[in-house]
Amino acid sequence: MLRWAPALTLLLFLGPVAAGLIGTWLPAFGYLPALGGERFSLEPWRRLFSEPGLGGALRLTLTTGFAATALSLAIVLAFLATCHGTRPVIAVRRLLAPLLAVPHVAVAIGFAFLAAPSGWLARAVSPWLTGWDRPPDLATAPDPFGVALVCGLVLKEVPFLLLMTLAALGQVPADRTLAVARSLGYAPATAWIKTVLPLVWPQIRLPVYAVLAFSLSVVDMALVLAPGSPPPLAPLVLRWFNDPDLSRQFVAAAGASLQFVLVGSAILAWFAGERLAASLGRRWIDAGGRGAGGRAMRRGATAAMALVFATGLAGITGMAIWSFARRWRWPDLLPSEWTLHTWARQLDALAWPGWTTVSVALTASAIAIALVLACLEHEQRHGITPGSRALWLLYAPLLAPQIGFLFGVQVLLVRAGLDGSWPALVWGHLLFVLPYVFLALADPWRRLDERYARTALCLGASPAGVFWRVKLPMLLRPVLFATAVGFAVSVGEYLPTVFAGGGRFATLTTEAVSLAAGGDRRVIGVYALLQALLPWLGFMLAIGVPAWFYRRRRDMREFAA
Amino acid sequence: MRTILAMAATLGAALLPAAGAGAAEPTDWPAVLEEARGQEVFWNAWGGDERINAYIAWVGERVKADYGVTLRHVKLSDTAEAVRTVLSEKTAGRHEGGSVDLIWINGENFKAMKDQGLLYGPFAESLPNFKLVDVANKPTVRVDFTVPTDGLEAPWGMAKLVFIYDSAVLSTPPRTMRGILDHARANPGRIAYPAPPDFHGTTFLKQVVYETAPDPSLLQRPAGDDFDAVTAPMWSYLDALTPHLWRGGKVYPKNGPALIRLLDDGEIDIAFSFYPAAASAAIASGQLPETARSFVLDGGTIGNTHFVAIPYNAKARAGAMVVANFLMSAEAQARKENPEHWGDNTVLDVARLPAPARRLFSDLPRGVATLPPEQLGATLPEPHPTWMTRIEEVWLSRYGS
Amino acid sequence: MSGDGALRLKAVTLALDGRVLIDGLDLAVAPGEVVTVMGPSGCGKSSLLAWLCGSVAAAFTVGGRALLDGTDITALPSEARRIGILFQDDLLFPHLSVAGNLAFGIPRNVPRRERRARVAAALAEAELPGFGDRDPATLSGGQRARIALMRTLLAEPKALLLDEPFSRLDARLRDRMRHFVFDHAGERGLPVLLVTHDPDDAAAAAGPVIEIAPRDDAPEFAESD
Repeated sequence: MLRWAPALTLLLFLGPVAAGLIGTWLPAFGYLPALGGERFSLEPWRRLFSEPGLGGALRLTLTTGFAATALSLAIVLAFLATCHGTRPVIAVRRLLAPLLAVPHVAVAIGFAFLAAPSGWLARAVSPWLTGWDRPPDLATAPDPFGVALVCGLVLKEVPFLLLMTLAALGQVPADRTLAVARSLGYAPATAWIKTVLPLVWPQIRLPVYAVLAFSLSVVDMALVLAPGSPPPLAPLVLRWFNDPDLSRQFVAAAGASLQFVLVGSAILAWFAGERLAASLGRRWIDAGGRGAGGRAMRRGATAAMALVFATGLAGITGMAIWSFARRWRWPDLLPSEWTLHTWARQLDALAWPGWTTVSVALTASAIAIALVLACLEHEQRHGITPGSRALWLLYAPLLAPQIGFLFGVQVLLVRAGLDGSWPALVWGHLLFVLPYVFLALADPWRRLDERYARTALCLGASPAGVFWRVKLPMLLRPVLFATAVGFAVSVGEYLPTVFAGGGRFATLTTEAVSLAAGGDRRVIGVYALLQALLPWLGFMLAIGVPAWFYRRRRDMREFAA
Repeated sequence: MRTILAMAATLGAALLPAAGAGAAEPTDWPAVLEEARGQEVFWNAWGGDERINAYIAWVGERVKADYGVTLRHVKLSDTAEAVRTVLSEKTAGRHEGGSVDLIWINGENFKAMKDQGLLYGPFAESLPNFKLVDVANKPTVRVDFTVPTDGLEAPWGMAKLVFIYDSAVLSTPPRTMRGILDHARANPGRIAYPAPPDFHGTTFLKQVVYETAPDPSLLQRPAGDDFDAVTAPMWSYLDALTPHLWRGGKVYPKNGPALIRLLDDGEIDIAFSFYPAAASAAIASGQLPETARSFVLDGGTIGNTHFVAIPYNAKARAGAMVVANFLMSAEAQARKENPEHWGDNTVLDVARLPAPARRLFSDLPRGVATLPPEQLGATLPEPHPTWMTRIEEVWLSRYGS
Repeated sequence: MSGDGALRLKAVTLALDGRVLIDGLDLAVAPGEVVTVMGPSGCGKSSLLAWLCGSVAAAFTVGGRALLDGTDITALPSEARRIGILFQDDLLFPHLSVAGNLAFGIPRNVPRRERRARVAAALAEAELPGFGDRDPATLSGGQRARIALMRTLLAEPKALLLDEPFSRLDARLRDRMRHFVFDHAGERGLPVLLVTHDPDDAAAAAGPVIEIAPRDDAPEFAESD
């Protein structure tokens, strides 16, 4: 049984990606018999390139994608370089989980309210400072250049990159390296960039690529924060997929394939930039400059990081307040009348999407954790040390743009008669839940001192007994934490729900996206807040249950991370 | 507990293979009721307005209690999405067990589905409650945007465009589309309309074409070679308006409810809605200030009927018919006309209803911001759907990218 | 020679990545006897113990056989070998109480009341009566080391392997602990194989000492534990 775990896992989540890509590329070259495409041709590509909005969409996609990635990375690296080992890092680490847990759409909706001309920020300074007695006629969120989208992405990507970088720092001798460099006269930030960054970069390279791929192909955040005419490429492709004119499917497939090529080329370009930066960096290191002071830089980096966290949490807070507001007019800073009515009225409407969200997220994260545990246990029992290539496979669903293969997945599901069914929905989510669960659990699991298992075996426990009685209880916290990560990922999924659910399933996320277009911020607030609360609840349980369970076992706190 | 059971049932139903469509015809109503019990009806309906969503949720409770039908509201941002779903199922050869059971529809989407044979029926006029419908005085219950319904869709409500303003901000609102243009010129950024294909946006364009076209009666016939001649003044109107629009016409609101929010935020001066009691309803729910009022245009505003239709391959056809019939009941229609819940006009002939049912309507509150019927002005008929299909295309190429 | 209770190693060869670390080692440890294996880091002595336990890393190639009480255990899984091992860390399971740790070693088929009695007896033997409900984290280093030994002995091993078990204890405790371990092993007549690089350990064991010579091509600090 255990023997098949790695193969089964790969099949479950790489098979669909590959099949989905094929199922997208074939129609992109004119082949889709169900719609009368029996012969290969370049016609879909010709039509794609003559679409009036394509040029603008590509420009918007590339500028927002690269800007969001570069900005997020710069903030994280500048912060860690200047603040390594200081109190701000500890504070930020503690605030990381709440912001990581909030689904992208909820962050986008919250940010839209902050930044809109009638939003919270403008209210805070109006009219006493700005003289605006009406909201200014400025296009801020969304704006024609995608600045709001970049900001929204940064709010979500900074916590993710920070988490990955902190984890990577834990695996290299960062403190000692830094101490040596500083004893040689290097200023702290210079020392960090010259000695620690080269150590951690190989470990955060894939997460950075994942961020780049995500930023270039995001749909749900773009629907809320990006301009509509033209939107970035991925939402434009989704629009073509939904066009009542079915011949547009070929254009959509070509657009989805273009999206794939775009992300691939962007990663290659980034890699080339990395090479260039590395060779320039080596020359810079060789020159031996010690750097100086850096206090201003440190203040700037800390402020940028604080701004990211404050903005993300303020957005959610704003939406939470909206859900309890009755009247909240411009330029009031807080509602003038409060009510529980919005929640009361939404309870019935929430039951079905809420149930779908929770049941799918629980099932997908449970399956994911079972598969991941099986893979890790298999790996340990057979003494396999996975190479870096295995990690690339794991990242594949995170690097391939969702819109680039979900169409093909949907074609497969229709073929199998499974589209719009609950199992298909769970499976669609599993594709993206699984890699994150694996990433969250692999390190703590592999770090457990293997002599515990050896000791237990020598005490007469069977390998299964060691798993259930030693490893699982000792790693209860990381296991539950990884499950909560999977749960949070599933709660936030938009495109997989749209494609695998076949329109028959609504989740809090799809409801939030469709409501975000409409008027009533109070109702949007209910959905955004619930979307954030569900993952928070998951994380609280994942942290609280082991803490309570092991409240009398002091050394179990060590296994917290 | 009941919710949990219902959820378990969903799960079970989702795992089971699609059951073939039942055989019950609307003429044998007891058989329809029998077959509908226990069915799950996926109703694809525009989900942009929270008040309408709440009304649909109430319908779900009622049909569950009375007929054992579970209603699922699939919220669309554009009804064309449902048309696409049915069309792609037909293309893929799924002629049974389709994923859409009921569609809220009218106009060009109805025409598209009718033309391509995507609808089940005729069924509407065999539904028991159809005899309550005011066929004589409300001709649009059988003619949808000039296209005969032929019993393929059941009337659900009467819509009429009304404009909303805040009397504390604007003392005398403009009463013509020209006046709106002048207002925009004098107050840049204070006029907005949603981008087509949102139906509030297309309705705004219809008002423009009605007022600017040399001969508006041509709009009742399919658009042909006369398209450019009829619409040319409209494009010059829009060319003049666009630079003075909210956000300079670079960003458009997404739909009608977004206009209400912008009006409340003080970003724009005029919003519009498809139901006459919208302003009162929004005041009641705290979405607009007490000073909000309604107005209509001197030349009249677009009015139409909206319907529900059943795709030819619907899985829960009997359940869908039960829902469609319930929507035409006096109870459902009176609630729909109530500004506290929705606030548009009934399709029924209230005078012919039995006394208790009639009282449901006469007891309805009107609300301070609702125009009395005699001030609602003339109702302009919807243009033939071909006009809007082409106008949307041209609009997208001129202003949409 | 069957059933004499001895631990025998026959022509054991240990290689890592093609480099031979131990070449043809023959060794017999009689019941109650302590044999000390000494050698520098990286000479393969800890890996030898791991191999005897049945948990040597896959990277090693090992030849030869091991017999315990006349039975060839070379191919047996760890849990069936009945060999107890103590490391330099006590490795008490942090999620279990002291009593839970002790009970972990008692064979499955022992009924519950008897298990409790054995745990109580072991606690008394470790001079820690009444400590059963305690969190192992609240015990001192010496107390933990005694519990670790009792846990190993409760599994009723037929041989005991010691992987530098005293190196983490401070000097005062070390001598006491040596006697505690050797006395208990001796009472039970267990063959004991001790791996160390502390000559005092070897002296206290008072048994044969085998030196594994460093190999020229062995990398420094290769041994992780």
